[in-house]
Amino acid sequence: MTVLGIENVSKSYGEVHSVQGVSLNLGEGERVALLGHNGAGKTTLMRMVLGLTPLTSGSIQVLGMPPGSRKARAAIGFLPESVAFHGALTGREQLHHFARLKGVKRRVADDLLERVGLTHAMNRKIRTYSKGMRQRVGLAQALLGQPRLALLDEPTSGLDPISRHEFYDIVDDLAKTGTAVLLSSHALTELESRTDRIAIMSKGHLLANDSLSNLRKAARLPIQVRVKATAETADDMAARLGGSRVNGASVALEVQQEGKVSLLGQITGLGDLVKDIDVTPASLEELYRHYSVPKQEGK
Amino acid sequence: MSSIAIARIELLIARRNMWVFTSLILMGLFSSVLTLAGGAPTGTLGVDPLLIATTSITTLSVYLIPLIGLLLSFDAIAGEAERGTLALSLTYPLSRGEILLGKFLAHLVVLGFAVAVGLALTAGLTIWKYGSADLNYLPLLKLFATSLALGAAFLGIGYTISALAKQTGVASGIVIIVWLICVVLYDLGLLGALVADGGGTFTKTIFPWLLVANPADAFRLINMPTDTVSTLATGLGAAGQASGFAPQLASLLLWPIFALGLAWGAFRRIEP
Repeated sequence: MTVLGIENVSKSYGEVHSVQGVSLNLGEGERVALLGHNGAGKTTLMRMVLGLTPLTSGSIQVLGMPPGSRKARAAIGFLPESVAFHGALTGREQLHHFARLKGVKRRVADDLLERVGLTHAMNRKIRTYSKGMRQRVGLAQALLGQPRLALLDEPTSGLDPISRHEFYDIVDDLAKTGTAVLLSSHALTELESRTDRIAIMSKGHLLANDSLSNLRKAARLPIQVRVKATAETADDMAARLGGSRVNGASVALEVQQEGKVSLLGQITGLGDLVKDIDVTPASLEELYRHYSVPKQEGK
Repeated sequence: MSSIAIARIELLIARRNMWVFTSLILMGLFSSVLTLAGGAPTGTLGVDPLLIATTSITTLSVYLIPLIGLLLSFDAIAGEAERGTLALSLTYPLSRGEILLGKFLAHLVVLGFAVAVGLALTAGLTIWKYGSADLNYLPLLKLFATSLALGAAFLGIGYTISALAKQTGVASGIVIIVWLICVVLYDLGLLGALVADGGGTFTKTIFPWLLVANPADAFRLINMPTDTVSTLATGLGAAGQASGFAPQLASLLLWPIFALGLAWGAFRRIEP
Protein backbone atom coordinates (compact mmCIF):
# COMPACT_ATOMS: atom_id res chain seq x y z
CA MET A 1 0.00 0.00 0.00
CA THR A 2 1.24 3.47 -0.88
CA VAL A 3 1.79 5.53 2.24
CA LEU A 4 3.24 8.58 0.53
CA GLY A 5 2.55 9.47 -3.10
CA ILE A 6 4.39 12.41 -4.63
CA GLU A 7 3.34 13.09 -8.23
CA ASN A 8 5.24 15.51 -10.45
CA VAL A 9 5.59 18.09 -7.69
CA SER A 10 7.19 21.49 -8.26
CA LYS A 11 7.80 24.45 -5.99
CA SER A 12 8.94 27.87 -7.13
CA TYR A 13 9.72 30.97 -5.13
CA GLY A 14 9.52 33.55 -7.90
CA GLU A 15 12.44 32.81 -10.19
CA VAL A 16 13.92 30.20 -7.87
CA HIS A 17 12.79 26.66 -8.64
CA SER A 18 13.40 24.71 -5.43
CA VAL A 19 11.73 21.48 -6.54
CA GLN A 20 10.99 20.54 -10.15
CA GLY A 21 8.81 17.67 -11.32
CA VAL A 22 9.63 15.25 -8.52
CA SER A 23 7.71 11.96 -8.29
CA LEU A 24 8.38 9.55 -5.45
CA ASN A 25 6.35 6.81 -3.78
CA LEU A 26 6.82 5.15 -0.41
CA GLY A 27 5.14 1.91 0.58
CA GLU A 28 4.55 0.46 4.03
CA GLY A 29 7.72 -0.42 5.89
CA GLU A 30 9.98 1.06 3.25
CA ARG A 31 13.11 2.96 4.26
CA VAL A 32 14.10 5.57 1.69
CA ALA A 33 17.08 7.87 1.96
CA LEU A 34 16.83 11.24 0.30
CA LEU A 35 20.29 12.44 -0.68
CA GLY A 36 21.43 15.76 -2.03
CA HIS A 37 23.64 18.66 -1.09
CA ASN A 38 22.42 21.78 0.68
CA GLY A 39 19.77 23.54 -1.36
CA ALA A 40 18.92 20.46 -3.44
CA GLY A 41 15.27 20.71 -2.37
CA LYS A 42 15.09 17.91 0.21
CA THR A 43 13.75 20.04 3.05
CA THR A 44 11.32 21.87 0.75
CA LEU A 45 9.98 18.50 -0.42
CA MET A 46 9.47 17.37 3.18
CA ARG A 47 7.79 20.65 4.10
CA MET A 48 5.35 20.17 1.23
CA VAL A 49 4.54 16.65 2.43
CA LEU A 50 3.88 18.13 5.89
CA GLY A 51 1.61 20.81 4.47
CA LEU A 52 3.82 23.62 5.80
CA THR A 53 4.56 24.89 2.29
CA PRO A 54 1.94 24.96 -0.49
CA LEU A 55 2.81 23.24 -3.79
CA THR A 56 3.24 25.26 -6.99
CA SER A 57 2.08 22.28 -9.06
CA GLY A 58 1.65 18.53 -8.86
CA SER A 59 0.01 16.55 -6.10
CA ILE A 60 0.94 14.88 -2.82
CA GLN A 61 -1.10 12.28 -0.95
CA VAL A 62 -0.46 10.91 2.52
CA LEU A 63 -2.47 7.71 2.89
CA GLY A 64 -4.79 9.11 0.22
CA MET A 65 -5.27 12.37 2.12
CA PRO A 66 -4.10 15.85 1.13
CA PRO A 67 -0.94 17.08 2.91
CA GLY A 68 -1.56 19.28 5.94
CA SER A 69 -5.03 17.86 6.60
CA ARG A 70 -5.67 16.92 10.20
CA LYS A 71 -5.77 13.19 9.40
CA ALA A 72 -2.58 13.36 7.34
CA ARG A 73 -0.79 15.20 10.14
CA ALA A 74 -2.00 12.68 12.70
CA ALA A 75 -0.37 9.92 10.63
CA ILE A 76 3.03 11.64 10.29
CA GLY A 77 5.97 11.78 12.66
CA PHE A 78 8.40 14.58 11.80
CA LEU A 79 11.91 15.33 13.00
CA PRO A 80 12.98 18.80 11.80
CA GLU A 81 16.55 19.47 10.75
CA SER A 82 17.30 21.91 13.52
CA VAL A 83 14.90 22.24 16.37
CA ALA A 84 15.51 24.05 19.64
CA PHE A 85 12.97 23.04 22.24
CA HIS A 86 12.18 25.48 25.01
CA GLY A 87 15.16 25.39 27.36
CA ALA A 88 13.04 26.04 30.44
CA LEU A 89 11.24 22.70 30.09
CA THR A 90 12.54 19.27 31.00
CA GLY A 91 12.78 16.61 28.31
CA ARG A 92 9.92 14.75 29.95
CA GLU A 93 7.64 17.80 30.12
CA GLN A 94 8.34 18.60 26.49
CA LEU A 95 7.57 15.08 25.33
CA HIS A 96 4.43 14.84 27.47
CA HIS A 97 3.26 18.05 25.81
CA PHE A 98 3.67 16.54 22.34
CA ALA A 99 1.99 13.34 23.54
CA ARG A 100 -1.06 15.39 24.60
CA LEU A 101 -1.17 17.10 21.20
CA LYS A 102 -1.12 13.72 19.47
CA GLY A 103 -3.59 12.17 21.90
CA VAL A 104 -1.04 9.61 23.10
CA LYS A 105 -0.78 8.32 26.68
CA ARG A 106 2.04 9.81 28.74
CA ARG A 107 3.24 6.30 29.58
CA VAL A 108 4.04 5.84 25.90
CA ALA A 109 6.07 9.05 26.00
CA ASP A 110 8.05 7.74 28.99
CA ASP A 111 8.70 4.47 27.15
CA LEU A 112 9.97 6.41 24.15
CA LEU A 113 12.33 8.41 26.35
CA GLU A 114 13.77 5.12 27.44
CA ARG A 115 13.90 3.87 23.84
CA VAL A 116 16.04 6.86 22.79
CA GLY A 117 18.17 6.58 25.92
CA LEU A 118 17.13 9.76 27.71
CA THR A 119 15.59 8.30 30.87
CA HIS A 120 18.55 9.37 33.01
CA ALA A 121 18.22 13.00 31.90
CA MET A 122 14.46 13.31 31.42
CA ASN A 123 13.93 15.47 34.50
CA ARG A 124 16.70 17.89 33.60
CA LYS A 125 16.05 21.13 31.75
CA ILE A 126 16.54 20.86 27.98
CA ARG A 127 18.87 23.88 28.18
CA THR A 128 21.45 21.58 29.83
CA TYR A 129 21.23 18.95 27.04
CA SER A 130 23.96 18.31 24.46
CA LYS A 131 23.09 18.58 20.76
CA GLY A 132 22.82 14.81 20.52
CA MET A 133 20.41 14.67 23.47
CA ARG A 134 18.21 17.35 21.93
CA GLN A 135 18.19 15.35 18.72
CA ARG A 136 16.99 12.36 20.75
CA VAL A 137 14.10 14.41 22.16
CA GLY A 138 13.25 15.30 18.57
CA LEU A 139 13.40 11.66 17.52
CA ALA A 140 11.24 10.58 20.47
CA GLN A 141 8.50 13.06 19.56
CA ALA A 142 8.59 11.89 15.93
CA LEU A 143 7.92 8.33 17.12
CA LEU A 144 4.87 9.26 19.22
CA GLY A 145 1.68 7.46 18.32
CA GLN A 146 3.10 4.91 15.86
CA PRO A 147 3.23 7.17 12.79
CA ARG A 148 2.43 5.58 9.42
CA LEU A 149 4.95 7.89 7.79
CA ALA A 150 8.14 9.17 9.43
CA LEU A 151 9.87 12.18 7.90
CA LEU A 152 13.34 12.61 9.35
CA ASP A 153 15.31 15.63 8.15
CA GLU A 154 19.04 15.15 8.78
CA PRO A 155 18.30 12.90 11.76
CA THR A 156 21.88 11.88 12.53
CA SER A 157 23.52 15.30 12.45
CA GLY A 158 25.09 15.92 15.82
CA LEU A 159 25.04 12.26 16.82
CA ASP A 160 28.22 10.32 17.58
CA PRO A 161 28.87 7.02 15.72
CA ILE A 162 27.37 4.83 18.45
CA SER A 163 24.27 7.00 18.72
CA ARG A 164 23.94 6.84 14.93
CA HIS A 165 23.99 3.09 15.10
CA GLU A 166 21.29 3.13 17.78
CA PHE A 167 19.31 5.59 15.72
CA TYR A 168 19.25 3.24 12.72
CA ASP A 169 18.21 0.37 15.00
CA ILE A 170 15.18 2.45 15.95
CA VAL A 171 14.47 3.21 12.28
CA ASP A 172 14.67 -0.51 11.49
CA ASP A 173 12.20 -1.34 14.26
CA LEU A 174 9.90 1.39 13.01
CA ALA A 175 9.99 0.05 9.46
CA LYS A 176 9.29 -3.48 10.72
CA THR A 177 5.99 -2.28 12.20
CA GLY A 178 4.97 -0.97 8.78
CA THR A 179 5.98 2.69 9.04
CA ALA A 180 7.31 4.20 5.83
CA VAL A 181 10.50 6.13 6.61
CA LEU A 182 11.81 8.97 4.47
CA LEU A 183 15.06 10.39 5.80
CA SER A 184 17.50 12.87 4.39
CA SER A 185 21.17 12.77 5.14
CA HIS A 186 24.65 13.95 4.30
CA ALA A 187 26.40 11.09 6.04
CA LEU A 188 26.43 8.55 3.24
CA THR A 189 28.44 5.62 4.56
CA GLU A 190 25.93 4.76 7.28
CA LEU A 191 23.05 4.55 4.80
CA GLU A 192 24.51 1.67 2.77
CA SER A 193 23.02 -1.18 4.76
CA ARG A 194 20.26 0.73 6.48
CA THR A 195 17.93 1.77 3.66
CA ASP A 196 15.89 -0.01 1.02
CA ARG A 197 16.02 2.72 -1.55
CA ILE A 198 18.12 5.76 -2.34
CA ALA A 199 16.64 8.88 -3.93
CA ILE A 200 19.12 11.49 -5.11
CA MET A 201 18.11 15.12 -5.59
CA SER A 202 20.11 17.89 -7.17
CA LYS A 203 18.97 21.45 -7.90
CA GLY A 204 15.34 20.51 -7.37
CA HIS A 205 15.37 17.47 -9.68
CA LEU A 206 15.11 13.84 -8.66
CA LEU A 207 18.05 12.24 -10.50
CA ALA A 208 17.92 8.68 -9.19
CA ASN A 209 15.48 6.55 -7.21
CA ASP A 210 16.36 2.89 -6.82
CA SER A 211 17.92 0.30 -4.56
CA LEU A 212 21.61 0.66 -3.89
CA SER A 213 22.59 -2.47 -5.88
CA ASN A 214 20.54 -1.36 -8.89
CA LEU A 215 22.11 2.08 -8.74
CA ARG A 216 25.54 0.42 -8.66
CA LYS A 217 24.75 -1.73 -11.71
CA ALA A 218 23.35 1.18 -13.68
CA ALA A 219 26.22 3.50 -12.86
CA ARG A 220 28.86 0.93 -13.95
CA LEU A 221 31.44 2.45 -11.66
CA PRO A 222 34.60 0.34 -11.58
CA ILE A 223 35.67 -1.74 -8.60
CA GLN A 224 39.00 -0.62 -7.17
CA VAL A 225 41.56 -3.39 -6.63
CA ARG A 226 44.85 -2.72 -4.91
CA VAL A 227 47.56 -5.36 -4.76
CA LYS A 228 50.49 -4.99 -2.42
CA ALA A 229 53.88 -6.27 -3.63
CA THR A 230 57.43 -5.19 -2.80
CA ALA A 231 59.40 -2.24 -4.15
CA GLU A 232 61.34 -4.59 -6.46
CA THR A 233 58.40 -6.53 -7.87
CA ALA A 234 55.78 -3.77 -8.17
CA ASP A 235 56.75 -2.64 -11.69
CA ASP A 236 56.81 -6.19 -12.98
CA MET A 237 53.42 -6.91 -11.43
CA ALA A 238 51.93 -3.70 -12.82
CA ALA A 239 53.03 -4.77 -16.31
CA ARG A 240 51.61 -8.30 -15.95
CA LEU A 241 48.22 -7.20 -14.52
CA GLY A 242 47.81 -4.06 -16.60
CA GLY A 243 47.53 -1.65 -13.68
CA SER A 244 49.61 1.26 -12.46
CA ARG A 245 52.17 1.41 -9.70
CA VAL A 246 51.24 3.51 -6.66
CA ASN A 247 52.94 4.26 -3.34
CA GLY A 248 56.15 2.54 -4.41
CA ALA A 249 55.18 -1.03 -3.63
CA SER A 250 51.51 -1.39 -4.69
CA VAL A 251 49.58 -1.80 -7.92
CA ALA A 252 46.18 -0.17 -8.46
CA LEU A 253 43.63 -1.68 -10.87
CA GLU A 254 40.10 -0.86 -11.93
CA VAL A 255 37.66 -3.54 -13.06
CA GLN A 256 33.93 -3.85 -13.83
CA GLN A 257 31.74 -6.25 -11.87
CA GLU A 258 31.81 -8.97 -14.58
CA GLY A 259 35.64 -8.98 -14.79
CA LYS A 260 36.23 -9.09 -11.04
CA VAL A 261 36.45 -12.85 -10.49
CA SER A 262 38.83 -13.53 -13.40
CA LEU A 263 41.09 -10.67 -12.28
CA LEU A 264 41.22 -12.05 -8.75
CA GLY A 265 42.13 -15.46 -10.22
CA GLN A 266 44.93 -13.84 -12.18
CA ILE A 267 46.23 -12.15 -9.03
CA THR A 268 46.20 -15.37 -6.98
CA GLY A 269 48.15 -16.96 -9.83
CA LEU A 270 51.05 -14.66 -9.00
CA GLY A 271 51.60 -16.64 -5.81
CA ASP A 272 54.12 -15.30 -3.29
CA LEU A 273 54.61 -11.99 -5.12
CA VAL A 274 51.28 -10.83 -3.65
CA LYS A 275 51.55 -9.59 -0.07
CA ASP A 276 47.98 -8.29 0.33
CA ILE A 277 44.82 -7.44 -1.67
CA ASP A 278 42.14 -4.76 -1.12
CA VAL A 279 38.91 -4.89 -3.14
CA THR A 280 36.65 -1.83 -2.83
CA PRO A 281 33.31 -1.56 -4.65
CA ALA A 282 32.12 1.92 -5.62
CA SER A 283 31.12 3.65 -2.41
CA LEU A 284 27.82 5.42 -1.98
CA GLU A 285 29.75 8.65 -2.06
CA GLU A 286 31.10 7.89 -5.54
CA LEU A 287 27.64 6.82 -6.65
CA TYR A 288 26.18 9.99 -5.25
CA ARG A 289 28.75 12.07 -7.12
CA HIS A 290 28.13 10.05 -10.27
CA TYR A 291 24.38 10.69 -10.18
CA SER A 292 24.32 14.22 -8.86
CA VAL A 293 26.86 15.70 -11.32
CA PRO A 294 26.49 13.59 -14.49
CA LYS A 295 26.99 16.49 -16.89
CA GLN A 296 30.38 17.53 -15.57
CA GLU A 297 31.59 13.97 -15.83
CA GLY A 298 30.48 13.74 -19.45
CA LYS A 299 32.77 16.60 -20.45
CA MET B 1 -8.52 19.97 23.91
CA SER B 2 -5.31 20.86 22.11
CA SER B 3 -5.74 24.45 23.30
CA ILE B 4 -5.71 23.21 26.88
CA ALA B 5 -2.44 21.34 26.22
CA ILE B 6 -0.91 24.50 24.72
CA ALA B 7 -2.20 26.62 27.62
CA ARG B 8 -0.75 24.14 30.09
CA ILE B 9 2.75 24.17 28.62
CA GLU B 10 2.66 27.97 28.23
CA LEU B 11 1.72 28.37 31.90
CA LEU B 12 4.62 26.11 32.83
CA ILE B 13 7.00 28.18 30.69
CA ALA B 14 5.63 31.43 32.14
CA ARG B 15 6.24 30.09 35.62
CA ARG B 16 9.78 28.95 34.81
CA ASN B 17 10.59 32.21 33.06
CA MET B 18 9.53 34.11 36.20
CA TRP B 19 6.83 35.95 34.25
CA VAL B 20 4.21 34.93 36.80
CA PHE B 21 6.47 36.03 39.64
CA THR B 22 7.44 39.32 37.99
CA SER B 23 3.89 40.40 37.13
CA LEU B 24 2.73 39.32 40.58
CA ILE B 25 5.40 41.41 42.30
CA LEU B 26 4.68 44.39 40.04
CA MET B 27 0.94 44.41 40.63
CA GLY B 28 1.16 43.42 44.30
CA LEU B 29 3.78 45.98 45.19
CA PHE B 30 2.15 48.90 43.40
CA SER B 31 -1.34 48.06 44.66
CA SER B 32 -0.11 47.89 48.27
CA VAL B 33 1.88 51.10 48.07
CA LEU B 34 -0.96 53.00 46.40
CA THR B 35 -3.50 51.69 48.88
CA LEU B 36 -1.38 52.67 51.88
CA ALA B 37 -0.16 55.99 50.51
CA GLY B 38 -3.29 56.87 48.53
CA GLY B 39 -5.47 56.95 51.63
CA ALA B 40 -3.33 59.56 53.39
CA PRO B 41 -4.76 62.74 51.84
CA THR B 42 -8.41 61.70 52.23
CA GLY B 43 -8.26 61.49 55.98
CA THR B 44 -11.54 62.91 57.22
CA LEU B 45 -13.02 63.77 53.84
CA GLY B 46 -15.44 60.90 54.24
CA VAL B 47 -14.81 59.49 50.76
CA ASP B 48 -14.86 55.69 50.53
CA PRO B 49 -11.20 54.71 51.06
CA LEU B 50 -11.57 51.83 48.63
CA LEU B 51 -12.70 54.28 45.96
CA ILE B 52 -9.58 56.37 46.50
CA ALA B 53 -7.41 53.27 46.25
CA THR B 54 -9.03 51.99 43.06
CA THR B 55 -8.68 55.40 41.47
CA SER B 56 -4.93 55.41 42.15
CA ILE B 57 -4.59 51.85 41.00
CA THR B 58 -6.54 52.60 37.81
CA THR B 59 -4.12 55.36 36.92
CA LEU B 60 -1.24 52.99 37.39
CA SER B 61 -2.90 50.03 35.68
CA VAL B 62 -3.34 52.07 32.51
CA TYR B 63 0.45 51.86 32.18
CA LEU B 64 1.19 48.50 33.76
CA ILE B 65 -1.45 46.20 32.29
CA PRO B 66 -0.75 47.01 28.63
CA LEU B 67 2.96 46.62 29.41
CA ILE B 68 2.54 43.22 31.04
CA GLY B 69 0.20 42.11 28.24
CA LEU B 70 2.70 43.08 25.56
CA LEU B 71 5.65 41.57 27.41
CA LEU B 72 3.81 38.27 27.81
CA SER B 73 2.84 38.10 24.15
CA PHE B 74 5.62 39.53 21.99
CA ASP B 75 7.64 36.28 22.01
CA ALA B 76 4.64 33.97 21.56
CA ILE B 77 4.85 33.44 17.79
CA ALA B 78 8.16 35.02 16.77
CA GLY B 79 10.07 33.10 19.44
CA GLU B 80 8.66 29.76 18.36
CA ALA B 81 9.27 30.58 14.71
CA GLU B 82 12.92 31.35 15.52
CA ARG B 83 13.46 28.21 17.58
CA GLY B 84 11.81 26.01 14.96
CA THR B 85 9.19 24.68 17.35
CA LEU B 86 6.44 26.50 15.45
CA ALA B 87 6.98 24.42 12.30
CA LEU B 88 7.02 21.30 14.44
CA SER B 89 3.86 22.24 16.34
CA LEU B 90 2.09 22.90 13.05
CA THR B 91 2.81 19.36 11.87
CA TYR B 92 0.75 18.09 14.80
CA PRO B 93 -2.99 17.64 14.31
CA LEU B 94 -4.12 21.00 15.66
CA SER B 95 -5.06 24.29 14.03
CA ARG B 96 -3.35 27.65 14.32
CA GLY B 97 -6.48 28.99 15.99
CA GLU B 98 -6.10 26.38 18.73
CA ILE B 99 -2.44 27.30 19.25
CA LEU B 100 -3.31 31.00 19.54
CA LEU B 101 -6.26 30.32 21.85
CA GLY B 102 -4.10 28.14 24.11
CA LYS B 103 -1.42 30.78 24.44
CA PHE B 104 -4.04 33.46 25.03
CA LEU B 105 -5.71 31.48 27.80
CA ALA B 106 -2.38 30.90 29.57
CA HIS B 107 -1.29 34.54 29.34
CA LEU B 108 -4.70 35.80 30.44
CA VAL B 109 -4.49 33.53 33.49
CA VAL B 110 -1.04 34.94 34.37
CA LEU B 111 -2.30 38.50 33.98
CA GLY B 112 -5.57 37.83 35.80
CA PHE B 113 -3.71 36.18 38.65
CA ALA B 114 -1.40 39.17 39.08
CA VAL B 115 -4.27 41.66 38.99
CA ALA B 116 -6.38 39.56 41.36
CA VAL B 117 -3.57 39.32 43.91
CA GLY B 118 -2.94 43.08 43.63
CA LEU B 119 -6.60 43.92 44.19
CA ALA B 120 -6.96 41.39 46.99
CA LEU B 121 -4.04 43.11 48.73
CA THR B 122 -5.77 46.43 48.21
CA ALA B 123 -8.99 45.16 49.73
CA GLY B 124 -7.17 43.50 52.62
CA LEU B 125 -5.09 46.56 53.46
CA THR B 126 -8.12 48.85 53.26
CA ILE B 127 -10.08 46.66 55.64
CA TRP B 128 -7.08 46.50 57.96
CA LYS B 129 -6.78 50.29 58.01
CA TYR B 130 -10.41 51.39 57.98
CA GLY B 131 -12.44 48.34 58.97
CA SER B 132 -14.84 46.49 56.75
CA ALA B 133 -17.90 48.67 57.36
CA ASP B 134 -19.32 50.84 54.57
CA LEU B 135 -16.92 49.62 51.91
CA ASN B 136 -18.22 49.40 48.36
CA TYR B 137 -16.55 46.48 46.56
CA LEU B 138 -18.17 47.15 43.21
CA PRO B 139 -15.37 49.43 41.90
CA LEU B 140 -12.90 46.70 42.79
CA LEU B 141 -14.78 44.07 40.76
CA LYS B 142 -15.22 46.50 37.89
CA LEU B 143 -11.50 47.23 37.98
CA PHE B 144 -10.70 43.51 37.84
CA ALA B 145 -13.04 42.75 34.92
CA THR B 146 -11.92 45.74 32.87
CA SER B 147 -8.27 44.96 33.64
CA LEU B 148 -8.77 41.55 32.05
CA ALA B 149 -10.38 43.15 29.00
CA LEU B 150 -7.56 45.70 28.69
CA GLY B 151 -4.96 42.97 29.13
CA ALA B 152 -6.68 40.78 26.54
CA ALA B 153 -6.64 43.62 24.02
CA PHE B 154 -2.90 44.14 24.46
CA LEU B 155 -2.21 40.41 24.40
CA GLY B 156 -3.92 40.34 21.00
CA ILE B 157 -1.92 43.34 19.82
CA GLY B 158 1.27 41.64 21.06
CA TYR B 159 0.49 38.41 19.16
CA THR B 160 -0.20 40.40 16.01
CA ILE B 161 3.16 42.15 16.30
CA SER B 162 4.85 38.84 17.09
CA ALA B 163 3.36 37.20 14.00
CA LEU B 164 4.15 40.11 11.70
CA ALA B 165 7.71 40.70 12.97
CA LYS B 166 8.71 37.00 12.97
CA GLN B 167 11.85 37.88 14.98
CA THR B 168 11.77 38.35 18.74
CA GLY B 169 14.29 41.18 18.62
CA VAL B 170 12.18 43.18 16.20
CA ALA B 171 8.94 42.29 17.98
CA SER B 172 10.27 43.46 21.37
CA GLY B 173 11.23 46.83 19.89
CA ILE B 174 7.86 47.30 18.24
CA VAL B 175 5.83 46.44 21.35
CA ILE B 176 7.67 49.07 23.38
CA ILE B 177 6.89 51.68 20.70
CA VAL B 178 3.25 50.57 20.56
CA TRP B 179 3.04 50.74 24.34
CA LEU B 180 4.46 54.27 24.37
CA ILE B 181 2.01 55.38 21.70
CA CYS B 182 -1.06 53.84 23.34
CA VAL B 183 -0.53 54.93 26.91
CA VAL B 184 1.49 58.15 26.58
CA LEU B 185 1.78 59.69 23.12
CA TYR B 186 -1.87 59.18 22.12
CA ASP B 187 -3.07 61.15 25.15
CA LEU B 188 -0.44 63.83 24.66
CA GLY B 189 -1.52 64.21 21.05
CA LEU B 190 -5.15 64.56 22.04
CA LEU B 191 -4.23 67.05 24.74
CA GLY B 192 -2.30 69.08 22.20
CA ALA B 193 -5.27 69.04 19.84
CA LEU B 194 -7.56 70.13 22.67
CA VAL B 195 -5.36 73.08 23.50
CA ALA B 196 -5.10 74.08 19.84
CA ASP B 197 -8.84 73.75 19.34
CA GLY B 198 -9.66 75.87 22.39
CA GLY B 199 -13.07 74.32 23.11
CA GLY B 200 -14.35 74.31 19.52
CA THR B 201 -16.17 71.58 17.61
CA PHE B 202 -13.26 69.13 17.89
CA THR B 203 -13.44 69.21 21.68
CA LYS B 204 -17.17 68.62 21.73
CA THR B 205 -17.74 66.13 18.92
CA ILE B 206 -14.64 64.26 17.80
CA PHE B 207 -12.47 64.24 20.88
CA PRO B 208 -14.65 62.09 23.19
CA TRP B 209 -14.80 59.38 20.54
CA LEU B 210 -11.10 59.51 19.80
CA LEU B 211 -10.44 59.18 23.50
CA VAL B 212 -12.69 56.19 23.98
CA ALA B 213 -11.30 54.52 20.85
CA ASN B 214 -8.07 53.87 22.74
CA PRO B 215 -8.70 50.90 25.06
CA ALA B 216 -6.31 52.30 27.67
CA ASP B 217 -8.31 55.54 27.83
CA ALA B 218 -11.62 53.69 27.83
CA PHE B 219 -10.29 51.67 30.77
CA ARG B 220 -9.30 54.83 32.61
CA LEU B 221 -12.65 56.53 31.99
CA ILE B 222 -14.75 53.55 32.99
CA ASN B 223 -12.95 53.14 36.31
CA MET B 224 -12.77 56.80 37.25
CA PRO B 225 -15.62 58.08 39.38
CA THR B 226 -17.36 60.97 37.66
CA ASP B 227 -16.85 63.41 40.49
CA THR B 228 -13.94 65.72 41.12
CA VAL B 229 -11.51 62.92 41.80
CA SER B 230 -11.23 62.16 38.11
CA THR B 231 -10.53 65.75 37.23
CA LEU B 232 -7.70 65.69 39.73
CA ALA B 233 -6.36 62.42 38.45
CA THR B 234 -6.30 63.26 34.80
CA GLY B 235 -6.74 66.42 32.85
CA LEU B 236 -8.53 64.49 30.13
CA GLY B 237 -11.10 62.92 32.39
CA ALA B 238 -13.79 65.56 32.55
CA ALA B 239 -14.07 66.14 28.83
CA GLY B 240 -13.72 62.45 28.12
CA GLN B 241 -16.71 61.42 30.16
CA ALA B 242 -18.85 63.10 27.51
CA SER B 243 -18.91 59.85 25.51
CA GLY B 244 -20.73 57.97 28.26
CA PHE B 245 -20.53 54.50 29.73
CA ALA B 246 -21.75 52.38 26.79
CA PRO B 247 -19.04 53.38 24.28
CA GLN B 248 -16.39 52.89 26.96
CA LEU B 249 -17.63 49.39 27.65
CA ALA B 250 -17.96 48.68 23.93
CA SER B 251 -14.36 49.79 23.36
CA LEU B 252 -13.09 47.50 26.11
CA LEU B 253 -15.10 44.53 24.84
CA LEU B 254 -14.47 45.01 21.13
CA TRP B 255 -10.74 45.65 21.33
CA PRO B 256 -9.82 42.16 22.58
CA ILE B 257 -11.96 40.56 19.87
CA PHE B 258 -10.57 42.85 17.18
CA ALA B 259 -6.95 42.42 18.31
CA LEU B 260 -7.20 38.63 18.58
CA GLY B 261 -8.85 38.55 15.15
CA LEU B 262 -5.94 40.55 13.76
CA ALA B 263 -3.47 38.20 15.46
CA TRP B 264 -5.21 35.17 13.99
CA GLY B 265 -5.15 36.73 10.54
CA ALA B 266 -1.43 37.52 10.81
CA PHE B 267 -0.63 34.09 12.26
CA ARG B 268 -2.51 32.29 9.49
CA ARG B 269 -0.35 33.93 6.84
CA ILE B 270 2.93 32.77 8.39
CA GLU B 271 4.81 30.07 6.53
CA PRO B 272 7.03 28.68 9.29
